[in-house]
Amino acid sequence: MAFREYTIGSRMFGLAFGTSMFITLYMPAMDIRNVSVTDVGLHRQLSFGRISGFSYEDPFLQGKAKPTMVVINKDPVNGGAIESTTAYVYPAGTPFPNGIRHPVILGEKPQQMSESTGKIGLADDTKGAVFIVRSDDRGNETVPYIENATATRGWNPMATINAASEENTLYVGKGKIMFVREGCWWCHTLLPEQTQDWQYFGAPPMLGDFNGESPTAFGSDRKAPDLTHVGSRNSSREWMMMHFFNPRLVQPYSIMPRYDYLWGEKDAAGNTIDYDTWREEYNQYVANERIYPPEVPVPAKDSEARALIDFIVNLK
Amino acid sequence: MFKYLFAKNEDIPPGSAAIFFGFSSILWFIVGTGLGSFNAAKLAFPDFVTGIEVLSFGHMRQVHVLAVIMGWISMAFAMAMMYITPALGNTKLWSEKLGVWNCLLWNLGLCIGLILLWFGVTSGREYSDMIWPIDLVIVFGIFLPLGINVWMTIKTRRTQGIYTTNWFFGAATFMVIIVFTVGNSPEFFQLTGLTEAYLTWWFAHNVLGLWITPVAAAISYYIVPKVTGNPLYSHRIGHLHFWSVVVFYSTPAAHHLMSAPLPEWLKSFASVEGVLILVPAIAFVSNLLLTMSGKWKMFVENVEIKFTITGVLLAIPLNMQGGFQQTRAINWYIHGTGWIVAHAHLALLGFSTFLEAAAVYYGLQTLLRRKLYSLALANFHFWMLLVGFSTYWISMTIAGLIQGAGKIYEVPYIDVVIAEHPYMIARWVGGTMVFLGNCVWLFNMWKTMRQGTLIPAGRLPHELAYER
Repeated sequence: MAFREYTIGSRMFGLAFGTSMFITLYMPAMDIRNVSVTDVGLHRQLSFGRISGFSYEDPFLQGKAKPTMVVINKDPVNGGAIESTTAYVYPAGTPFPNGIRHPVILGEKPQQMSESTGKIGLADDTKGAVFIVRSDDRGNETVPYIENATATRGWNPMATINAASEENTLYVGKGKIMFVREGCWWCHTLLPEQTQDWQYFGAPPMLGDFNGESPTAFGSDRKAPDLTHVGSRNSSREWMMMHFFNPRLVQPYSIMPRYDYLWGEKDAAGNTIDYDTWREEYNQYVANERIYPPEVPVPAKDSEARALIDFIVNLK
Repeated sequence: MFKYLFAKNEDIPPGSAAIFFGFSSILWFIVGTGLGSFNAAKLAFPDFVTGIEVLSFGHMRQVHVLAVIMGWISMAFAMAMMYITPALGNTKLWSEKLGVWNCLLWNLGLCIGLILLWFGVTSGREYSDMIWPIDLVIVFGIFLPLGINVWMTIKTRRTQGIYTTNWFFGAATFMVIIVFTVGNSPEFFQLTGLTEAYLTWWFAHNVLGLWITPVAAAISYYIVPKVTGNPLYSHRIGHLHFWSVVVFYSTPAAHHLMSAPLPEWLKSFASVEGVLILVPAIAFVSNLLLTMSGKWKMFVENVEIKFTITGVLLAIPLNMQGGFQQTRAINWYIHGTGWIVAHAHLALLGFSTFLEAAAVYYGLQTLLRRKLYSLALANFHFWMLLVGFSTYWISMTIAGLIQGAGKIYEVPYIDVVIAEHPYMIARWVGGTMVFLGNCVWLFNMWKTMRQGTLIPAGRLPHELAYER
């Protein structure tokens, strides 16, 4: 490096590269970190849990240690009627989402409300907790925040799950893991395109809709409809069930793969699913040798298919 | 290879690491394009191999992408660096032993990472899909040892100046370490939400802009003057290329997320910087094409120049697309469609692959001291690549335009899927041609190593006539 030119060149390189990093990393990071979370953002992170990719708790992405979303109409403590409430149940040992662990990412006002009124600081993941999303109407603005219902109302995780009916229990956190692991987002985006696309697939997301979510799984290479608001377009669980088992049952020209393997070995009634017979009968149906296609088994409560359907119909 | 891992550095024949990297890269190219062909078949015929979790499209797409980027392209780069850097410094590779270890760790790390991805163990972030333990292997087992070898070889050179190619090699290995580490930081530090989404695309953009594009260009800065015998047309245009890559190519990452709710200033800034990518592109292409003056018949007659100049020429449509498709006026129409898939393949399978193939063809002949086994097979490989790639690119561009029209006219999505079907078949045919061409290439290079005509000391491979 004897040349003086190379000394100057190295410094110029450092300056140029450093400036570019400052503009493209530091400045946007400062901008994005000031964003206040919306109530959509709170519902998302509470329903998905800490992380929907590889983690210590769930290294093979099987949906372990994920929260359960329940809609309850009675108080889990005394059984009295309450207005319909969506609660996110974190049983003991389930890692809390980033908004609870690092409330600073919620933005100034939601952080303040979640800590003072919502008592999120008292939540302990070794004991588990139940969270609900609340909002504070201040006349000129509404501040959404997280309430730690275990601390404020005495709702414990098991009692809250028991207070919900079967159809109101959604395994959304496990479902998002399936969405990421099975690569649904390689074709279905979770972010509408610009302009006209919003008229077809619904409103674009807001700046604060993603705080605490990881990964966002926006997708980039769209070979299929956008799913940002799919639950509002089609909330039929039966349609979803048939579509996941074999997309050609409900959409003959679909190029989506079959996700029948997410059903596992047993269906909801506990019967063993005979895939070979099913495929044989389906092929007969395609060849016009049968009038109706074979019946699609109902996925078991703990199956991966059930969780994925819960996640999809909850994309409102 | 294994006997060199614990040998003394002086006892390892010079060029060993580069030869291992060269053959590894061809093998990964076959694996990567084979997976690509398999995936394309699934998009054309959705019930082709069905009901097996690990063979479903969602499990295989990312394996194809990373096998090609980390296996084929990056290993071919490592191969090029390990023989071009010392050649231009009139010296030996700083540490042949480090190079051999680097090759072993690279192959092992990539195998483990891809198998995990295959079984669904992913971070869920496009291009940075690998989980963070594998990211650490990539930084400390792959890029850092490569960088150290390149920097130390440049430092211990026996020439006064540093040639253009080596500026790019030295800077790109440095930049890719920074880009990879920062780009994967959301996983180390659990950054979430838009920050994570932005960093995902910051990585995806910069790994192309500061690693793949400049290193591929640097290869042509070596091959063209070396084989034609013409000096580089202009050292100063080389300067312009280098500095504009550092300044302009490192800034437009946000143009990948034009529909996301990112700060508007960031998207506008990225869009303007994105157009400025034309500066390094024009500097690069004009410099290389002018270097060819008087030697254009080698474009037809010489296989290494044929590959290199095809790559350089493909940089023209690549950068015309790249510069303008990210402006808001065009991006709203083609974003998220097959157009982008076609563009990505123009960058990686068109522009850069032809340059890497040239480096591997020329490098293996130089290092093995053997003339290429068969010119006919090399030409067959060239045309399989070019025709296969063109079929892919044209069919996906058309499919993308159909998708774009369907998007803005609010056509039910299934009608778009039906309209795209013939182009999905064409894409599969094109991809399969590339895969078959590569199998022939491996055979040709293997025969070269075993049976190629020996090159006498003091002669260069392209100076010898073919004997078959």
